Amino acid sequence: MTVIEDAPAPGAGRRASGAKGFGRTLLRVLGLPVLLIAGWWVFSVWSESFYVPTPPRIAQAFAETWFSRRLFDDALPSVARLLAGYALATVLGVGLGVPIGLSVRLRAAAEPVLEFFRAIPPPVLVPLIMLLAGIDNGMKILVIVSGCVWPILLNTVEGVRALDEMLSDTCRVYGVRGWSRLRHLVLRGASPQIMAGLRQALSIGIILMVISEMFASSSGLGFTIVLFQRGFAIPEMWSGILLLGLLGFGLSMLFRMLERRVLSWHWSHRA
Amino acid sequence: MLEVTGLKKIYETTGREAVGDLTFQLDAGELACVVGPSGCGKTTLLRCIAGLLAPTAGTIRVAGRPVTGPPDDMAVVFQEYGRSLFPWMTVQQNVELPLKEKKLPKARRAELIAESLVAVGLDDVPRSYPWQLSGGMQQRVAIARALAYEPQVLLMDEPFAAVDAQTRAELEDLVLRIWQRLGTTTLFITHDIDEAIYLGRRVIVLSSSPTVVVEDIKVDLPPERDQLTTRALHRFTELRGHVYAQIQRAKDAR
Amino acid sequence: MTASRGSRTGRSGSVMTRSAKLGHGLAGLACLLAVMEAVPRLGVVDPRFLPPASEILGALAAEVRTAALWTALGETIGGWALGLAIAFLTAVLIGVVIEVVPGLRAASHSTIEFLRPIPSVALIPLATLLFGASLGSTLLLVVYAAFWQVLIQVMYGVADVDTVADDTARSYGLSRWSRIRYVVWPTALPYIMTGLRLAAAVAFILTITAELVIGSPGLGLEIQLAQSSGAVATMYALVVLAGLIGIVVNLAVRMLERRVLAWHPSVRGEVTS
Repeated sequence: MTVIEDAPAPGAGRRASGAKGFGRTLLRVLGLPVLLIAGWWVFSVWSESFYVPTPPRIAQAFAETWFSRRLFDDALPSVARLLAGYALATVLGVGLGVPIGLSVRLRAAAEPVLEFFRAIPPPVLVPLIMLLAGIDNGMKILVIVSGCVWPILLNTVEGVRALDEMLSDTCRVYGVRGWSRLRHLVLRGASPQIMAGLRQALSIGIILMVISEMFASSSGLGFTIVLFQRGFAIPEMWSGILLLGLLGFGLSMLFRMLERRVLSWHWSHRA
Repeated sequence: MLEVTGLKKIYETTGREAVGDLTFQLDAGELACVVGPSGCGKTTLLRCIAGLLAPTAGTIRVAGRPVTGPPDDMAVVFQEYGRSLFPWMTVQQNVELPLKEKKLPKARRAELIAESLVAVGLDDVPRSYPWQLSGGMQQRVAIARALAYEPQVLLMDEPFAAVDAQTRAELEDLVLRIWQRLGTTTLFITHDIDEAIYLGRRVIVLSSSPTVVVEDIKVDLPPERDQLTTRALHRFTELRGHVYAQIQRAKDAR
Repeated sequence: MTASRGSRTGRSGSVMTRSAKLGHGLAGLACLLAVMEAVPRLGVVDPRFLPPASEILGALAAEVRTAALWTALGETIGGWALGLAIAFLTAVLIGVVIEVVPGLRAASHSTIEFLRPIPSVALIPLATLLFGASLGSTLLLVVYAAFWQVLIQVMYGVADVDTVADDTARSYGLSRWSRIRYVVWPTALPYIMTGLRLAAAVAFILTITAELVIGSPGLGLEIQLAQSSGAVATMYALVVLAGLIGIVVNLAVRMLERRVLAWHPSVRGEVTS
């Protein structure tokens, strides 16, 4: 993430604005969500199901549950572990991916091994790493790293491998080499692929964050939600699902902003 | 056969007036070329005639019937052959698709495909995919597709702008041969003055946008054209100089 | 994420014969095995927690001979395939409808953008509550996760129809249905296959997750049982097996992709992920 942050950002905002269309836009954005929530509401009142609480009940549970100490004891530490693991995986994945992508021999030797590691469904690493590293913060971060690193690594390898030969030759002709070549040609050229890997890794990271806490933990988002479910605290359980949803949504928005910045040249170049 | 009357096109989103007030017509069997400075709304004109774009004002008639959607008896050859040929279909399937849509019986389709591929000199590659062929050959496929459709009016939108000079000369002669044999009314849009004079019996010179007709020139060259002798004629050079001056004036007038 | 269109540029230095590549690959695998063997034997890691490679492979060989493993494997593959199929069909159907019916895309955009990034593991408690440790739980998670992968790709694909191709089809008088069949569908197909490939991988992860965490029957449950009963070598063997199945799943989907998309540039050149 850090290596490509100096991207030029020629404002690619192409939002057609207009005050008269505002109402219509509002309807378009909020219409279906409002309908769906209304539908849920009607269903929950009509069915009186224990498992389907009404929206206000969930909202109340959400406020009571998460605007409290749980935010600092459970939610934020989970997110911190996720971000730490994700950052570590990025450094590791890009750091290893560049040399492997640049060397034909290294790539040929490493590819089957890497493909194998990527094919292992990351959740099975949870019991395995629990065994190796015990049950603590370090283990949870390690789980996230071990799951996130493969898509980043493999996409970096692929991106570096498929660098435009023309640009490569241009760099050779003008004597651009070493650090400057790495920064301006290799990392930038591979960044669309690297970002694709980072995107995959983000969703895997969230999965692993939740699972590692569900499996063996006494705190964290995953743990708390399972606790609610076991205690049949249904509105609280829904509020936890909602929080995880919002977390996933928020992180993906952040990621998209970052991607837009880093890859603005890529989209306008292709358009 | 093709009548364009008072055509005007203003793009609603940008408010840009692309075509001003355009009137011209083609008789049955005519081959006319349209030239104009770059960005003069040639493509807008073509899309209007092809029924792909609704004009802001004015009418277009093909064989007497007003154009409201793509007309049945018109075929279009686009500049971007790479995007106009469907990459998931073989040469034969590409030519056949519009015929299928016309609900022609299978035997008739096979006949038309074979004829048109022979006409463009591609009868040996019906099972190839377009991307396996060179650019010039791909454009031949697009021409074959247009011929097999048996149109009354053939529109060509800078069809040879993206091929190399030698291929271009071959394809120009191909278009002339086909036109002389079939006598299809043809409107050929180009930005190349030489090409317009070499191919056209008439050259319609357009202004910059908002486009109007600057001049409608009859090309008084011998009907049999030849890449070497025709282009070497004194009259050819004269016409070229004349059209060039017209286009320059059209540009400066803005 | 998106299937790239148009010609790919040349790639640097991929000059290596097939056999040389294979040789290097095998050497790489041999290295991995050697390290896995040496690390516990030399006492770098306690062999109780990381048995030597030979022991793991031995355990794998023993496991493969038990009927229980094959039952578990069948359950995993069955859950995966069923979930993927449901997700794929509904996503293609809904995606095409959203794109073809005017106004629907705009109206559903915000909802899709909100629902899509919700991690499906958030549904684990709900699945447990509704279905308990059964196939239903697996399906809920798998379908939710895989559905979005396919839907997004279908929508990208349908939106990517080339303007000139569409003009061509319209100028030859193709009807709406013909345009969908001959232009829209082939254009969207590469995207749909990409969606299927991504969905297949995600579906496999979620199948194993449901088994591991909720305890639905299958390979994941076996891994969990091996871990809690202290059969460490068996657990590693099952993890290796899960990796191998993951590879098979990947290869199978790619083969399908190649067959379906023989005309597509990405297949003509070289398939990249």
